[in-house]
Amino acid sequence: MDTLTTLVLGFLSIVFVNNLVFSKFLGICPYLGVSGRIDMAFGMGLAVTFVITLSGTLTWLIDHALLIPNNLDILRYVCFILVIAGAVQLVEMYVRKFFPTLYESFGIFLALITTNCAILGLCLFLNLWKVDNIVEAVVLSFGAGIGFTMAICIMAGIRENLQLANVPEALKGAPITLITAGLLSMAFMGFEGMIK
Amino acid sequence: MANSDSPKALPTLLAGLWKENPVLALLLGMCPTLAVTSDVKSALTMGLSTAFVLLCSNIVVSLMRNLLKPHLRILMFTLTIATFVTIADLYLKAFLPAMSDKLGPYIPLIIVNCIIICRAEACASKNGLFISIIDAIGMGFGFTITLCMLGAIREILSTGAVFGKQILPAISENWYLTGGMPDGFIPMFAFALPVGAFVTLGLILGLVNMINKKTA
Repeated sequence: MDTLTTLVLGFLSIVFVNNLVFSKFLGICPYLGVSGRIDMAFGMGLAVTFVITLSGTLTWLIDHALLIPNNLDILRYVCFILVIAGAVQLVEMYVRKFFPTLYESFGIFLALITTNCAILGLCLFLNLWKVDNIVEAVVLSFGAGIGFTMAICIMAGIRENLQLANVPEALKGAPITLITAGLLSMAFMGFEGMIK
Repeated sequence: MANSDSPKALPTLLAGLWKENPVLALLLGMCPTLAVTSDVKSALTMGLSTAFVLLCSNIVVSLMRNLLKPHLRILMFTLTIATFVTIADLYLKAFLPAMSDKLGPYIPLIIVNCIIICRAEACASKNGLFISIIDAIGMGFGFTITLCMLGAIREILSTGAVFGKQILPAISENWYLTGGMPDGFIPMFAFALPVGAFVTLGLILGLVNMINKKTA
């Protein structure tokens, strides 16, 4: 029961309180790039969720089974980035085969998931937070993906409406998106008291 | 080779500072830009580490550009970058442990900083060593300056200090009890939080757009 509580709390905390986009600034590039339309944002979010869960789990395994016992900490970053690049390649092949239209509309952004800082960031945070069992690692990775999907979808919804708004000429495009993200992150600070 | 390159050198160097400034014009490398600019010191450390990695990876990529297979290109870039980031990380851990603790995972995150991979792809894999080095210096310098600018704005507004030195008069504690006007600068803590990062960068980008429109 105790472990279950920890897992649920961990999941909620990474979705709301420690949301990668709003509190750790990770994954801002696709966040600004793809958040123009809700359906694309949702597809992107799912792809990232899949990659992040897969690579979070794999890197945790590699880290604890291979690198730490053999004192190879120095190779950590190189290993992590290799795992992520492999996972992204997998997703890219899958999407191209089964969802060709989605593949077309993603374009370069799909391959760019490799350089999505949210994924490498999460793998590093798992290491930093000293997560020491595999179930927790899986749950946290999955939660991080859900948090990212939620953030990018909220943003896409706002941006669809923002197109109708009368934004000052100089602030059009990226600047207003950033300011909106700022306000959203302030809203998410409201969750801070939720978990100790 | 140096002769045929030299006419292009100065524009390449200057492009990174304003016209193609990685943060302000290309919108690359947003994560570190937002995450580590709550004070100038960490912004400077981050900027210099990124510039170092950029320079090294540009040199290596430029040297091996003729050996690269197209489909393995990105992987090779990332591995090169990861190697140099490990070096930078170990250096910071050894010589600036406090700073290394503070920046935490954002140093290894240089690996996925789009600026570096973008320059490797757009410049170093097509140009000779000399131009690649110049490009890296220009871009690295532009990135560092932008980061420091953001850091300075946020540090001043959130604490009234720059580099940890108080430059705006500090406010006395309990000033509001005396019933008079504030006797110093009231710190705006929001600027040290994520909100401050997003909003400051958004407004700066707006300003840059405005200046570009005026001069165009």
